[in-house]
Amino acid sequence: MSSALTNLSYRYKVPLSLSVVIVITAAVVSAVLGWQAYRDLRGGLIAGAEGLGRTLSRALLPSLLSDEVWSAYEMVMAPLEGIEDGGSPQKTITVLDAKGSVFVSSHPAQFPLLAPLASIGPSYAQLQRAIATQAPHSPVQLEDRINDRILVAVPILADDGTHLGTVLLTYSESLFLPNFYATLTRGIVSTLLVLLVLVPLGWNIGRRMAVPLTGLAESMAQIGSAPRAQLTERLYRGDDEIGQLGRQFERMLDELEEKRNMEKQMIAADRLAAIGRLTAGIAHEINNPLGGMINAINTFKHHGHPDRVTERTISLLERGLAQIRDTVGALLVEARMESHALSPDDMDDIRVLVQPQLSERAVRLDWDNGVSEPLPLPSTPVRQILINLLLNAVQAADQSGTVACRLRCDDRLLVLDICNDGQTIRPALLEHLFEPFSLPSESRSSLGLWVTYQLVQQLKGTINVTSAGSETRFVVRLPFAENV
Amino acid sequence: MGHGRRTLEPAAVSESRRRALRQAAALLLAGLAPPTRGQSRSRVIRIGTTAVILNDQFSFLDEWARYLQAQIGRPVSFVHRSRYREITELLLSDELDFAWVCGYPYVSHRQAMRLLAVPLYRGRPLYRSYLIVPSPDLKTSSFADLKGEIFAYSDPNSNSGFLVPQYEMLRAGLDPLTLFRKSFFTYAHGKVVVAVANGIAHGGAVDGYVWETLALRTPELTRRTRVAAKSDEYGFPPLVARRSIDESEFRSMQKVLTGMPDHPAGQSLLKQLNLDGFARPEERLFDGIAKILAYVSTRQRLVP
Repeated sequence: MSSALTNLSYRYKVPLSLSVVIVITAAVVSAVLGWQAYRDLRGGLIAGAEGLGRTLSRALLPSLLSDEVWSAYEMVMAPLEGIEDGGSPQKTITVLDAKGSVFVSSHPAQFPLLAPLASIGPSYAQLQRAIATQAPHSPVQLEDRINDRILVAVPILADDGTHLGTVLLTYSESLFLPNFYATLTRGIVSTLLVLLVLVPLGWNIGRRMAVPLTGLAESMAQIGSAPRAQLTERLYRGDDEIGQLGRQFERMLDELEEKRNMEKQMIAADRLAAIGRLTAGIAHEINNPLGGMINAINTFKHHGHPDRVTERTISLLERGLAQIRDTVGALLVEARMESHALSPDDMDDIRVLVQPQLSERAVRLDWDNGVSEPLPLPSTPVRQILINLLLNAVQAADQSGTVACRLRCDDRLLVLDICNDGQTIRPALLEHLFEPFSLPSESRSSLGLWVTYQLVQQLKGTINVTSAGSETRFVVRLPFAENV
Repeated sequence: MGHGRRTLEPAAVSESRRRALRQAAALLLAGLAPPTRGQSRSRVIRIGTTAVILNDQFSFLDEWARYLQAQIGRPVSFVHRSRYREITELLLSDELDFAWVCGYPYVSHRQAMRLLAVPLYRGRPLYRSYLIVPSPDLKTSSFADLKGEIFAYSDPNSNSGFLVPQYEMLRAGLDPLTLFRKSFFTYAHGKVVVAVANGIAHGGAVDGYVWETLALRTPELTRRTRVAAKSDEYGFPPLVARRSIDESEFRSMQKVLTGMPDHPAGQSLLKQLNLDGFARPEERLFDGIAKILAYVSTRQRLVP
């Protein structure tokens, strides 16, 4: 039961709770009012019986004094006129003498004349004791639970207060029960009518209260499987706890994304570092025998006398080895840190250097050089980075497109921001962009970005690429060297 | 007063109260009544009744008064009292001209009353006293069977409702003072029937004519009672005049009463009374009552 309640969705739990509270409240209020009505009706009956008893006790005094049974009988019968009695009389009126014996009764079959009250039944024996001990001068009432009757005894007192007898009225509870049931029925019907309005209202309010929570839960359940916009579009905005939870959720999504990006970057950086180590290792291993082979060929060319076939073969070998050397050299990137400090002129040189490529493809260059004085950075690798990225951008830009180059620096780092229009890079490709030979079509640039990356790494900088909309942007941050 | 020792004290109290009331009423009447009580044609003829006849008698008495008034040509007024003795006393003090009394008061006060007419019930001026019990009681057939029970008399000055049962009990060797655990008076025969029917009393003495008439009018009441025994026949309660009544007045009233069956209105009234008519009475009709009165009074003190 409790686990079923625990597992129930708030979508139902909140409306259900509200409805249950409404129903319980209505039931409790009805029960209290019903109990009140019961007490009022019963109290009214007792008060009526006492009033009648007091009236009769005054009227009966002469008859009791002069032992006139018949006139007493006529008096006790008068209030009962017109009451039809079945097997169990609804009202009985009995007059007791001072000793507690029946003087006269409206129902002599039940209260035979002269019979002591105590002999009539246990309830009456109890009443007799109550009359004798508890209050001989004030009315006594008692409930006869066996027969569902209310017993009211009113003393008959002489003018000097002497106790001469008792008027005993017994009322069946059935006298007020029909009234009570009628009141109860009315109460229940009105309660049900109220519930008919309140329960749907409560349900609706409860459902509305639960909507932000269930929306949040659904969004949370979809983390990882739905795009972020879809996760947050249905979030409830507000300053209450659920609103706060929503904001926390958004913050968590941000952090998750950031973490995932960082992990991706770390993996990419690790991979690139491993590739760098591998290529450097391989390059060194190749360079040593390669240097020997090239030396041998040079020596052979200067001192040997090869025939034409050998000469052609040697020449072929020489060109092949030269290509190997170039390739390995390109892979083995080593920034030359000993070059002069970077000056604004270096930047403008590069602008001039890329002019032929720009005109070839009719690409416009937006040049924004914010560097106005020499910077503590080695000029050669920075120039190479900038020229690589610019050439890459010009090639990637649309025919007659635009390349923007923005250079900024502060007292700690230089920022190169190069962006081009044109087709964006596929996400799958973007991940491996800086790896050697990742761009299969253009062999030239396939190592250009690799070289750029290696140079940036060696300068302890960072390079970021974003490709979205119709814009691809490379941002390079290069921290100033400690002492250049 | 002598029917039960238990009632002696309270009865004395109520008796003194009644007497005081009566004196007050007499003073009032003396102030209102014309000073001369002669033969004035406009003087009201006053007739006393008790519950000798039926309970719901007031509209009937009005009707009867109009009838008599029309016949005699004088205003007639009925004076109703609940106790027999009050009527007797009013008659004895000449405050009534006529009265319908029981045979018992008549034989007790023969010297002060003059027999005017006697009703004919089932053709004869006779009736009985009935001993009735609640209908579930199928065993009781005599007073002896009611030993230790509660008994209802009608009036201490009633023949059928008191004197006859006293006589019957004494004759059967029973003591009316100790036979019953308790006895009381209802002051009307009809109420004795109610008391027995409702179980207030286990037995009652009732005018046989009243019981039979009730059996016609309200059989659902009498059905709840059973006649356990019937007494001998006695003279029917007569109409009497005060001794000092004017002879012509007496004659004209007697003539009107005995002539009632000759008029449709009179017949209608007699039918309501369940009577056949009125006859000129003979004194010896009440010898039976006188005899049992003598029998009872030698053995028991009776109400004067």
